[in-house]
Amino acid sequence: MKKIADKTVRWVLTASGFVTSVVILLIIGFLFTEGAGLFGEKVIEEGYVLAVNKDNPVRVLDAAQIKAVFDEDMTNWKEAGGPDLPIETFRLEDMDEYFTEEQLGPQYENAGTLITSLVASSPGMVAFVPESMIPDDARLVFIEDCNISPEEVFAGTEWYPTATPAPLFGILPLLAGTLWVSFFAILIALPFGISIAVYMSEVASERVRGFLKPVIELLNGIPSVVYGFFGLIIIVPLLQQVFGLPVGESGLAGSIVLAIMALPTIVTVADDAMRNCPGALREGSLALGATRWQTVARVVIPSSMSGIASGVVLGIGRAIGETMAVLMVTGNAAVVPHSILEPLRTIPATIAAELGEAPAGGAHYQSLFLLGVILFFITFFINLCVEYISSRNRAKNS
Amino acid sequence: MAAPVFPKGYNIKKRRSQALAFGMFRILSISIVLILFAILGFIIYKGAGVLDWDFLTEAPSDGMTAGGIMPAIVGTLLLMAGSAAVAFPVGIMSGIYMNEYASKTGWTVRFIRLMTNNLSGVPSIVFGLFGMALFVKYLGFGDSILAGSLTLGLLSLPLVIRTTEEALKDIPDGIREGSLALGATRLQTIWKVVLPMGMPRIITGLILSLGRVSGETAPILFTCAAYFFPQLPTSVFDQCMALPYHLYVISTSGTDIEAQQPIAYGTALVLIIIVLIINILAGMLRKWFERRLKIK
Repeated sequence: MKKIADKTVRWVLTASGFVTSVVILLIIGFLFTEGAGLFGEKVIEEGYVLAVNKDNPVRVLDAAQIKAVFDEDMTNWKEAGGPDLPIETFRLEDMDEYFTEEQLGPQYENAGTLITSLVASSPGMVAFVPESMIPDDARLVFIEDCNISPEEVFAGTEWYPTATPAPLFGILPLLAGTLWVSFFAILIALPFGISIAVYMSEVASERVRGFLKPVIELLNGIPSVVYGFFGLIIIVPLLQQVFGLPVGESGLAGSIVLAIMALPTIVTVADDAMRNCPGALREGSLALGATRWQTVARVVIPSSMSGIASGVVLGIGRAIGETMAVLMVTGNAAVVPHSILEPLRTIPATIAAELGEAPAGGAHYQSLFLLGVILFFITFFINLCVEYISSRNRAKNS
Repeated sequence: MAAPVFPKGYNIKKRRSQALAFGMFRILSISIVLILFAILGFIIYKGAGVLDWDFLTEAPSDGMTAGGIMPAIVGTLLLMAGSAAVAFPVGIMSGIYMNEYASKTGWTVRFIRLMTNNLSGVPSIVFGLFGMALFVKYLGFGDSILAGSLTLGLLSLPLVIRTTEEALKDIPDGIREGSLALGATRLQTIWKVVLPMGMPRIITGLILSLGRVSGETAPILFTCAAYFFPQLPTSVFDQCMALPYHLYVISTSGTDIEAQQPIAYGTALVLIIIVLIINILAGMLRKWFERRLKIK
């Protein structure tokens, strides 16, 4: 009886040991299936077509070109490889400008035929209309609707997920925003973090250390929305005044908040690493006549370098994945940033801000899951780096 | 033999560079303390005037420009309890497995530890996406306390596992062997000897993980949090309000900044108080445990 109980318990414990692995697999599975679905989506909104005059030789437009056409940034078919002909665009909203209400009929039942004849009679026109509206015998041609391609997504520099007729899912601005903010955050946090860790482990008396340690823990425990709120109320207006910015919400505001948030991670890990530095090393250096500072700088820090490095890398991971605080203070402009003082937008902030409005299952929704996949792999890679650094460290010490 | 003679300025130079370096470290460390007190002091100063009994016990009213934050407090407490129900049993069992059953050098422990570390590095917004895809959509729980608790539970799982593992690791093997030598089974040894000894530290870790859960916003954005849900939830399939989400909404998309800013300060203060209580509680437990160890 006892044996059976022992075996069952053992089995249950083993199973719960693998829960985290299963969760990781489920995260990968779910995020991947949703995210990869993006590449099965059509460029043009579902159920709609881009109709052009049959004399127009242009058959293929990519998403960026479609957007340029409808934003009137591209005004001549020449630019898309067609004849020298000005582009006219037509959307359903423009219907009133072309036709009267009597022409359209009370239920807009004539709209399809009218639009067809309009497009057929104007050689430079491209109409964005529901496919069901166009009569079957219409002598129009449709722009070929391709799938969203990986290069449009991974090399695209424009993120307009709600643009019609063709949304743009270029992730580069978001990726650049994320890395940019995190880079500056670490640049700010690094000197502070290392200094505090050195101070806590090497310089401070036990009493000061006993005071600093809870302070760092408390900083770690403050929720990210509170940091975001603090940043919004204090740091953003401050930056706006100091740098004379039109808006204070900027990459720098995000970096400062992130630096404060990444600090506890860096300090805790680096402090642990330096305290684990063998006392004999320290004593050997002191015995040779080195000052404490020389010992710290030439012996303790180099020998605990890998621990310090993993602290920094973990801090980077925390900064890259941070959502709420960044969302609240960076201004959320999805453009490739040119300076840290401009508003920008990070990957986590984009997911948090847009998922609520994206219709489930649509291209926008899937693109946000794709961002999740990218974020997951960035942090996964960072964690593997930490594992590698600390495993090398273990090998060195043993 | 004459004692080695150092050039006169040598020592002073060394001293000076040490004083300079250590002085700089001290200043930077003090500045961190100042930052913490600036954040805390600012929020306490601004929020203290708002915080009163009515604020804590009333539902928001007048389009979130007046009233209290009671539903958000209740929601956060419910989510903490829910995530604890998910993470504590699984996490503690997982920690026991890693420390007591699995072989220390085998691939299972290395693999599980790698996965657990990776899970703890996964950004909270990715948990939010995952919770939405699995619990809300796939399993059909909808935006609910259940989905939110499960998501938050998984998020805090690595922390619970790690604390359990570390608490058990420090228990000397001699104690286990003594129990086994008296004829106890492995299970009895764990249940009657190892767990009671590790409990104070495990509980400290659990409390800290609750603190983390109380402040998380991103995972509940799409799994649970309601913008406005003034009545108290009646089932686990209801949505609920939560303090961090409430603070986020009120401070970013408020309609009436003048009237809502005090509410935001008050909400932030309540969040900070929860974090403070949790940290102080954990610190006290840790001290108590250390003292108990010394007596033995």
